[in-house]
Amino acid sequence: MSYRIVVDFDLCESNAICMQVAPEVFEVRDDDFLYILDETPGDDLRGKVDEAVQRCPKQAISLAEG
Amino acid sequence: MKSVTVVGASLAGMRAAESLRREGFDGTITVVGDETDAPYDRPPLSKQVLAGEWEPQRIALYDDAALADLRLTWRLGTRAAGFEADSRAVTLADGERLAADGVVIATGARTRTLRGSEDLAGVYTLRTLADSLAIRSEFEATPGRVVVVGAGFIGAEVAATARGRGLDVTMVEMAETPLERVLGALLGRVCAEVHVDHGVDLRLGVGVAAIGGGHRVEQVVLTDGTRLDADVVIVGVGVIPNTDWLEGSGLQIDNGVVCDETCLAAPGVVAAGDVARWPNRLFGQSMRVEHWDNAIEQGMAAARRLLAGDAVEPFTPVPWFWSDQYDRKIQLAGRSGPDDEVQIVTGSPAERRFAAIYGRAGRIVAVLGFNRPRHVMQYRRLIAAGASWDEALEFARSQA
Repeated sequence: MSYRIVVDFDLCESNAICMQVAPEVFEVRDDDFLYILDETPGDDLRGKVDEAVQRCPKQAISLAEG
Repeated sequence: MKSVTVVGASLAGMRAAESLRREGFDGTITVVGDETDAPYDRPPLSKQVLAGEWEPQRIALYDDAALADLRLTWRLGTRAAGFEADSRAVTLADGERLAADGVVIATGARTRTLRGSEDLAGVYTLRTLADSLAIRSEFEATPGRVVVVGAGFIGAEVAATARGRGLDVTMVEMAETPLERVLGALLGRVCAEVHVDHGVDLRLGVGVAAIGGGHRVEQVVLTDGTRLDADVVIVGVGVIPNTDWLEGSGLQIDNGVVCDETCLAAPGVVAAGDVARWPNRLFGQSMRVEHWDNAIEQGMAAARRLLAGDAVEPFTPVPWFWSDQYDRKIQLAGRSGPDDEVQIVTGSPAERRFAAIYGRAGRIVAVLGFNRPRHVMQYRRLIAAGASWDEALEFARSQA
């Protein structure tokens, strides 16, 4: 089942844990803002993305279907 | 394995339970917790909840549907009182005995108190939602003078939140430099200066001799004889791992539950979070980590260990935490010490926006960031890879 990454940027505080867990998908740049490199990373990265969702200190990441 | 008891219903225990399900475990999971509130997230207790910005329902770890999906059997508002490692039987305070094939020990830690002040109204420690709400209502009554004892991270966050509410704050710290044992003298001083920047009356190198008052606190007497008027006192002088219930259990206790490299404390018994001590091969040292992120990562690792039998990797994380104080986000990854070599790799302490790396025995062992999350994670990866100090410096030059 395909999924799409949703970040609530009002909650995100750029702790960059997601970048550590899944650098293929999340990047915090020098401006200290989070950028999503791939909104639909596919099943290969699902485990990492799930962990990024779990370990976000602000619970700012969620997954939507499709 | 058909049944697992998770002792402790906070972050480590809940993430362990969640991971058991995620890994396909279909048996019974019984979760024991001494608090009556549904599992919640603690970091906001010293920040948004205390500031009055968030209400308690906002910090629930799971919504009702997600909790139902985990199919847990609850024993909330009940303390674990005893344990037998051989039979993996947990005895609850009400006498109930829960035997299971696997046990996750995640009982966390409790706050240290100042002796003699426990019964005085207006004196608090901060660990639970109830603590946070009690301090919050004190703050809402606009006390004349708040005294924070201990300039560690909890004390620092409480001081910052109180200042954010416009309250007068005095912070008392026994060490000459706050956090010196963790960050070293130079960067410990920067942490202290941030409080002075924001109008905290900071008293360093002095301890608390007594907390005085009748029914309610009135004064804090310092070891140099100073008497501070105090309407509310928050004590942040560290925590003690909750291992009392494990006495005589057959487990080894040494400032935490002693585990092997894979979080295993005994056959079928794992530990995770603030209560667990294990040898972290990446750093070549035994550690017990009181960080939020470790509770999650170790909870997950402990669950996998329970299900995997013997074929499991050692648990070798780079510990990481953050602390929000005023408009600063302070992050530390790794294990820094007072005698480490320190190199600022970007920014400067004067502008309060920088990253610094710590080196010991030819390796990079930690990175500290003030509003530099990207750099902290970059160097954290180097630490995880076992990079040398020279490699870390080379990386810093390549980024300049």
